[in-house]
Amino acid sequence: MGHFFWSVLLRDLTLAGRRRSDWLIAVFFFVMVSSLFPLGVGPEPELLKRIGPGVLWVAATLASLLSLSRLFEDDHRDGSLEQMVLSPASTVQLVLGKAAAHWLVYGIPLLLIAPVLGIQFNLPSDAIVVLVVSLLMGTPILSLLGAAGAALTLGLRGGVLLTLLILPLYIPALIFGAGAVDGVMAGTGAEAHLSLLGAFLLVSLLVAPWIAAASLRVSLE
Amino acid sequence: MNFYHYASPSTFYHLAGKVIPWAAWTAAILTVVGLYIGFFVAPTDFQQGEAYRIIFIHVPAAWMGMLIYLAMAFWGAIGLAFNARLPFLMMRALVPTGAMFTFVALWTGAAWGKPMWGAWWVWDARLTSTLILLFLYIGTVALWSAIDDVKRSDRAGALLTLIGVINVPIIYFSVIWWNTLHQGSTVSFTHAPKMATTMLQGMMIMTLAAWAYAIAVALVRVRRLILERERKTEWVNEILSEGS
Repeated sequence: MGHFFWSVLLRDLTLAGRRRSDWLIAVFFFVMVSSLFPLGVGPEPELLKRIGPGVLWVAATLASLLSLSRLFEDDHRDGSLEQMVLSPASTVQLVLGKAAAHWLVYGIPLLLIAPVLGIQFNLPSDAIVVLVVSLLMGTPILSLLGAAGAALTLGLRGGVLLTLLILPLYIPALIFGAGAVDGVMAGTGAEAHLSLLGAFLLVSLLVAPWIAAASLRVSLE
Repeated sequence: MNFYHYASPSTFYHLAGKVIPWAAWTAAILTVVGLYIGFFVAPTDFQQGEAYRIIFIHVPAAWMGMLIYLAMAFWGAIGLAFNARLPFLMMRALVPTGAMFTFVALWTGAAWGKPMWGAWWVWDARLTSTLILLFLYIGTVALWSAIDDVKRSDRAGALLTLIGVINVPIIYFSVIWWNTLHQGSTVSFTHAPKMATTMLQGMMIMTLAAWAYAIAVALVRVRRLILERERKTEWVNEILSEGS
C-alpha cells in the first residue's frame, strides 16, 4: 500500500478528529433509528429478538449514508480534491484512503455501540458477537460502494440522490449481514453468510475504488 | 464493411431510419401472432385455468427488463472504452424501455399473483430482484437528470450502470438465498409443471416481439437524441429545414 494512501488516511482522520460532531451524529443516528423500532412495533421481547438483526443492519446502512455525501464535498469546495486528482499519485489510492477514513470514523463507533443495542433488542450473547463480526465485515463494503456513489454525485448537492443510487447496491451486504445473525439464532450457524459477506467485501474492494476513481475524474472534468 | 463508419452520429442517424420500419413491423406482426397463439391456440392450464395466459406478457417483459439493463451496461462500457458519443446516446435511448418492461413485469406479476397466491405482492425472490432492478433504473435516470453537463452526465450514468451490472448477479443470488431461508414453502416456481409446446411457442414469439419493439423504440429515441445533441451541426440543420 502506497505512501499516498496513508497520508490521505491520516489527513482525513485528523480532520475528523477536529470536527467531532460529524462522527457523533452518525452514531446517534444509528442509536435513534434503532430505538424508534420498539416504539413502532411494540415492546414484546420475542418480536424484538426476531426483527433485531434486520433493524440494526438497516440502521447501520442508513447511518453510513449520513457522512458519505460529504466524503469528497469539502475537499472539492476548497479545491484540494482537484489538486490531489491532478497529482501524479494514484486516484485509486486517494479513494481507498478516503473510504478507509470514512470507515474508521463511522464504522468503528458503530461497532462499539452495536452490542448495547443488541442487548436492547434482547439478542442472545452469541448473536451479539456475530452481529459485531458481520458489521466489522459489512461496514467497509458500505464505505467502499458509498465512495463510488459520492464520487458520482460530487457537487450535485444531493444527499438524497446518493441514497437513491447506493441503497440498492447495499442490499447484498444487508442480506448477508442480517442473515448471519439470524442464522446463529436459528441454529444454522453464521459461517455461510459470513463467507458470502467476506466474498462481497473482496469484490467491492476490487471494483469500487476503480469505479470511484474514474467517477472522480469524470466529475472534476 | 467498416463498423466504425456507423459510429458517427450522422451515418447512424440514417441507418437507424432505415431499420426502424423493419423492427416496428416485425414487432407488430409478432405481437399479433404471439397474442393469437397465447389467447386462442394455447390450451388452458389444468392448474391455473385461464389466468396463466398473462405469462405471454409477463415473462417476455421480465426478460427484457433484465436484458436491457445488460445492453445499457454494454453500451456504457463501449462508450467509456472508445470515448465515443453515440454509445451513450444508445444507453439513454434504452433506459425508458427497460424501466417500462420492468414495471410491466411487476404489474402483470401482481395481477397474476392475486388469483394464484391470493396476494398482490409476495416477497418472492424473483419479484424482489425485479423490484430492485427497477430501483437501479430509477437511480440511473435520477443521476442523469441531476447533472446538467452532458459529457459528465453520460459518463457518470455509464459508470453507475457498470457498478450496477456487477452487482446485479450478487443481488439476485443474495435475494434467492434470503428468500429460501426466510420463506420456506409458500411459493415455489422451481418445480413448475412442464409447459405445453404451444405455450412455449407463444412465449418465444412474444419475446421476439418485445425485442423488435425495444429495438424500434430505442432507435426512434436515439434519432431524437442525435438531433438534439448535434443541433448545431450543418447536417442536422439540413434535415430540419427539409422536414419543416
